[in-house]
Amino acid sequence: MIGQSLNDLWYGFGIALQPHNLMWSFFGVLVGNLIGVLPGMGALTAISMLLPLTYTMHPVPAILMLAGIFYGSQYGGAIGAILLNMPSHPPHAVTCLDGYPMTKAGKGGTALGITMIASFFAASFGIMVMIFASPLLVQIAFKFGPTEIFSIMLLGLLAGATMARGSPLKGVAITVVGLLIGIVGTDVNSGVQRFTYGIPELSDKVELVALALGMFGVADFLRSVNRTQFVGSETKVRLRDMRPSKAELKQAFFPMVRGTLIGTLFGAMPGTGPTITTFIAYAFERRVSKTPERFGHGALEGVAAPEAASHSKTQVDFIPTMSLGIPGDAVMALILGALLIQGIQPGPQLITEHADLFWGLIASFWVGNILLVILNVPLIGLWVKLLQVPFRYMYPAALFFIAVGVYSTNNSLFEIYEVLLFGVAGAILLALDFPVAPILLGYVLGPLVEENFRRALLLSRGDLTVFVTRPISAAFIGLCTLLILAQIFFAVRATMRKRREGLDAAAPPLSNVPGIE
Amino acid sequence: MSAVWGKRIKNYGGGVLMLLLGIGAVVQGQTYAIGSLSRMGPGFFPVALGTILALIGVGLLVTAWFSEPPEETKPLPPEWRGWICIVLSLVAFVVLGKYGGLVPATFAVVFISAMGERKNNWKSAAILSVGMVIVCVSVFWWALQLQFPLFAWGQS
Repeated sequence: MIGQSLNDLWYGFGIALQPHNLMWSFFGVLVGNLIGVLPGMGALTAISMLLPLTYTMHPVPAILMLAGIFYGSQYGGAIGAILLNMPSHPPHAVTCLDGYPMTKAGKGGTALGITMIASFFAASFGIMVMIFASPLLVQIAFKFGPTEIFSIMLLGLLAGATMARGSPLKGVAITVVGLLIGIVGTDVNSGVQRFTYGIPELSDKVELVALALGMFGVADFLRSVNRTQFVGSETKVRLRDMRPSKAELKQAFFPMVRGTLIGTLFGAMPGTGPTITTFIAYAFERRVSKTPERFGHGALEGVAAPEAASHSKTQVDFIPTMSLGIPGDAVMALILGALLIQGIQPGPQLITEHADLFWGLIASFWVGNILLVILNVPLIGLWVKLLQVPFRYMYPAALFFIAVGVYSTNNSLFEIYEVLLFGVAGAILLALDFPVAPILLGYVLGPLVEENFRRALLLSRGDLTVFVTRPISAAFIGLCTLLILAQIFFAVRATMRKRREGLDAAAPPLSNVPGIE
Repeated sequence: MSAVWGKRIKNYGGGVLMLLLGIGAVVQGQTYAIGSLSRMGPGFFPVALGTILALIGVGLLVTAWFSEPPEETKPLPPEWRGWICIVLSLVAFVVLGKYGGLVPATFAVVFISAMGERKNNWKSAAILSVGMVIVCVSVFWWALQLQFPLFAWGQS
């Protein structure tokens, strides 16, 4: 079993190191890193902007590149958080808490160095888990019929919806909206046009890129235009500063390991977003620390643990996405969408049918992470400069990239109206305190959920109890119920406590901490 | 007056919006064949989702009714200039893309959206736009061979 996996991995390295694939992987991490550094741009924007480029590519380099953008942007995000107190994307908000005080104390370089080491360590661990866990998961997954797939998708959707920022009910609502958007287009079973209102462009579904860029690009610009202040920084990071001392390494080691494990655990759970993972890693570290009062004032542990968690989660997240076809969060949903566009159906067959893709991807994780470390060392000065590009120059340029990117998906201008519509809708939803990330999860999974639901009930001749009489499915449905009950329990307890304590507010709940999504 | 109204919208707006979306999906979904549980038609899933969404909308309204008013946070003033410019810039890209070509469309999207930020003046916006046009032509049109004519005055 293990020998087989190592053998496959060797094969994967052969694929990842092919010059063509290596080039795209390098391009992906470079662009991801670059976009991740830019304020207000995260992995989602980066991937959706470059997604159209992959439509004409071979699937292997396409996925290697998209994955590279994903973890590349995470490296970039940490830089903004540590040096400028600016969470380029929400998972890094927690890194600001201790990273920025370290910069102010003149130890920004060390924080970056530790981040890099922690990220590489965590990513490597995550990759190992992926190598050995995926084949096991696949063996189980082969027993899945449409009934089981529907139940596990339901669990993934519910978890994604309820564990997002803010009200769980709003999260569920937005997931359902995503599912409804996924329906738009021609029904595969009957050929009926649904929700197209006679617009021919809509018969081929809503464009994934338009949805993503509207919700996460345009909506964000609408929210922050004239409201984002440029945070100046005179930080200078030299190479020498980035090498942590032996004592610092020792201090960061166990937080790094704990963060990695937390990230791995959360990565394996469908639907738990990256932000909650980093936040829990941070909270856990503060809990076990002997000197919790140092946190928030530049504790090295507070940088190492969440960054490690975010990177191991990123890698482990690929397991359910690739082997079950169930994405853990919005970014994974996009990558799943990219696979589907390439005509590759993720699921247990993927590892055997597209072995080159799967093992090539795993090997490329390692290659890409090494590339990132090498890239970041000399380029750090450049990234720091980039961080100082004011928002007022950045977003017009980004809008242009969005327009051209969306145009190039189908070489048609209609999709730009879609972007505009989703952008305005996203801004309204954000203003009403809805989390928008679950919408992508719903959109990508929507057709699959419907298909499997239909098939399951066709097989059972319309008997709804089939979802609880088949054992594996029953287990997932049980977890769903547990999740809902837990949410109700927490909500009721929170109201009760609030009533009892009156207005002297206790510690604010996690979701109220500013900047946390 | 407007502050109270703003707070209400935040509390109830989400519920009303979801309720309306749900009802809309049910109404539209019913025009497709619904079928039965064992043989579902194309209308079944939309109607089911619409019903769920409408119920969640009601749930949101109920929780909004019972929850205490949110703490006094100063609502951000509306940013009409920025909003209008961003929306217009994308519309301009489509219109000019169709009747003018890639170069004027690129210039328009960058210039108009840049004018949305109060700190930009027409000079800096123009410089930024020219820069993006150069990037656009060299990267997208020349290197990536985007299917989009540079100039298309009077065509189509």
